[in-house]
Amino acid sequence: MYFDFTDEQQAIKATAHEFLGSRFKSERMREIAASESGFDASGWKEMAELGWAGLALPEEWGGQGLGTVELAILFEEMGYALAPSPLLSNTIVGLVLAVGGSEEQKERWLRPLAAGELRGVPALVDAGAAAEPGMFAMEAAAAGDGVVLNGEKTLVLDAASADLLLVATSDGRRHIVEKDAEGVTVIPEVSIDLTRRLSSIRFDAVRVGPEATLPGEQSAYLPVLHRACVAIAAESTGVAQRSLEMSVAYAKDRQQFGRPIGAYQAVSHRCAQMLLETENSRSAVYGAAWAADAEPESLPLAASMAKAYASDAGWRVPDAAIQVHGGIGFTWEHDLHFFLKRGRANAATFGSAKWHREQVAAAVLAGESAPASA
Amino acid sequence: MDLTLSPSEEEFRDEVRAWLEANHPGPEPEAGLDEVMAFRGEWQRKLHEAGWAGISWPKEFGGRGATMIEQAIFAAEASRQEAPSPANVLGLAMGGPVVIAHGTEEQKARYLEPILTGEEIWCQGFSEPESGSDLASLKTRAVKDGDEWVVTGQKVWTTFAQYAKWCMLVARTDPDAPKHQGLTYFLLDMEQEGVQTRPLVQITGEGEFNEVFFEEARVPDANVVGGVGNGWAVAITTLMNERAGLAFGAISQIQNSLGRLAKLAQETRSNGGTAAEDPYFRQRIAQLYIEVETMRLNAYRGLTKTMQSGIPGPEGSLGKWQWADINQDLTELALEIEGAYSMLARGSEHAVAGGAWQYGFLRSRANSIEGGTTDILRNIIAERVLGLPRLR
Repeated sequence: MYFDFTDEQQAIKATAHEFLGSRFKSERMREIAASESGFDASGWKEMAELGWAGLALPEEWGGQGLGTVELAILFEEMGYALAPSPLLSNTIVGLVLAVGGSEEQKERWLRPLAAGELRGVPALVDAGAAAEPGMFAMEAAAAGDGVVLNGEKTLVLDAASADLLLVATSDGRRHIVEKDAEGVTVIPEVSIDLTRRLSSIRFDAVRVGPEATLPGEQSAYLPVLHRACVAIAAESTGVAQRSLEMSVAYAKDRQQFGRPIGAYQAVSHRCAQMLLETENSRSAVYGAAWAADAEPESLPLAASMAKAYASDAGWRVPDAAIQVHGGIGFTWEHDLHFFLKRGRANAATFGSAKWHREQVAAAVLAGESAPASA
Repeated sequence: MDLTLSPSEEEFRDEVRAWLEANHPGPEPEAGLDEVMAFRGEWQRKLHEAGWAGISWPKEFGGRGATMIEQAIFAAEASRQEAPSPANVLGLAMGGPVVIAHGTEEQKARYLEPILTGEEIWCQGFSEPESGSDLASLKTRAVKDGDEWVVTGQKVWTTFAQYAKWCMLVARTDPDAPKHQGLTYFLLDMEQEGVQTRPLVQITGEGEFNEVFFEEARVPDANVVGGVGNGWAVAITTLMNERAGLAFGAISQIQNSLGRLAKLAQETRSNGGTAAEDPYFRQRIAQLYIEVETMRLNAYRGLTKTMQSGIPGPEGSLGKWQWADINQDLTELALEIEGAYSMLARGSEHAVAGGAWQYGFLRSRANSIEGGTTDILRNIIAERVLGLPRLR
């Protein structure tokens, strides 16, 4: 029993913390948030050089072959820095190709994705349909030896910077579609989170050749969903941690009635609550990340627990931070709103807290025992 | 990172598991406190004979010298199997460790063995009617008289005082010194004229704790622990020295309660189906499972940290706070699931689960008060973990 990072993992954390802290200072984050595409090409290049595009992708295909614990470490720091980057969506496409792609597909797409030379984003949710994990309406209609896609995907992350779209269809299959393929139209949406943009994508008779449909089946992708949940829950934990730190610093500094406001229990107890939620979120994330790497049979329950908890904490903690800051926290000028918006958007991505709690309920009420105590 | 037990830890767990399965006497009798204490006394004798009493104590003092992880494993397993508490909980968890850390050789020779056997029960005389969370303001006086001290004052919330032979008493020996410096830690014999014990009836109807009145009670000088004027330091080390075992025992206990809650939901009709099918209850049950899991994982993270640094940090306060919150939420939810039947208590024919949840609901009200109120824990976290300024 040892619940802490190894030296290598500490090093990953330190590198990420330092790099992201210097690269995405407030002014730079705001510059990217205010830009038209929301994409930071030079930041991406540097992340790719650090090996992050392929951090958790197989070494065989040019990735670093590291685990979900390392992925969680990185994404906690991404959230802490509120780094605008397509790293999460790109990682998910890489993981899907790794479990569901053929050798040729891996060679053609996974290798450049792992190197950061191409960027991929998942296109899962169908416009107008319930945005629940694993439910897809778009049909893969047979056409010749391939399929043809019609319809509209929405809530697509980071589409502006993407080269490849990973499209899910109602038969549970995944297809790689190049963004500039004929019949594909990207429509930017107005997202509350300016540091991670959403788009809708129209598919008008888009032809997909047999070489671009992954042989994997829906069930193969569940572990990828669970890893994505762990990664985004880690990110929300970082969002909470940063919001907490900003609040504590402000509460020590800001004086009212002749004292720092942090001396008043109405404020200090709120900060203590923020710490409790942040630490719970972190423990749930690390536990699930460890399960992903070492005890995969525990991953589905652990991932839903982590995602449910971090979904709530990821926006409630920055929300409490705004209250600690008072009026200044409600201004555009202060950075807190970016953290609140990321936390709130993360809460609704890859299954809401409610959806994940229902997965937990289904597991524990079906007679499955609670996570074994050691 | 490795959240599984190592082979040697697993071997230890198996040994504990097998011994407990073979030896623990089943649930406590549903009877008066006297019978329950006799039952716990018998259990402690058994534990002691097999070397499980004082599991955290060093071997030279009759303990097992178990590592923190072993203490955690033992507590988790004992709670999982719902083994009873030993009779002398406070002696084992606090009295013994205080004597070992601060006592003289004579004190170690005199007191430790009967704590382990359960022959002598210990109680803790800290809180007073005017000194609760602000413990250092306590007023009970001890005045030197030859080679004795004369004690006058009142203590309150003194658990098992009615059974205790020894009281861990903190009294003021220098009224002119600053409040933290004028205190001394004594071992006071409860079996004497000057000590009167009066039970306090709790909201559950039971009387675990007491008021204790001292009227010129006597303590020999040889029973001062850690030196005159050092009472605060001696008391605080034992309060701070959070035993790994306690947290893990509490977590196992909550896991058992969660299992019962799930069963209650499956057996209770609600909204045209069972409560376990009701989306509202499903959400709340799931949330409790999630929170218990975060508490368990926090405890393991804390344990790793403590094993690295050797000293438990103030983060331990988070776990106690969370435990109280969860235990209260859990019993509140059970009553909500029971609906109107939740009005019936122990002794009623139609009470659900024999009224166990009603008792649990009432008993858990104390969880956010006993052993450090949640409000004080938030202060500790704000000041000592987050570094926020003190109001005082």
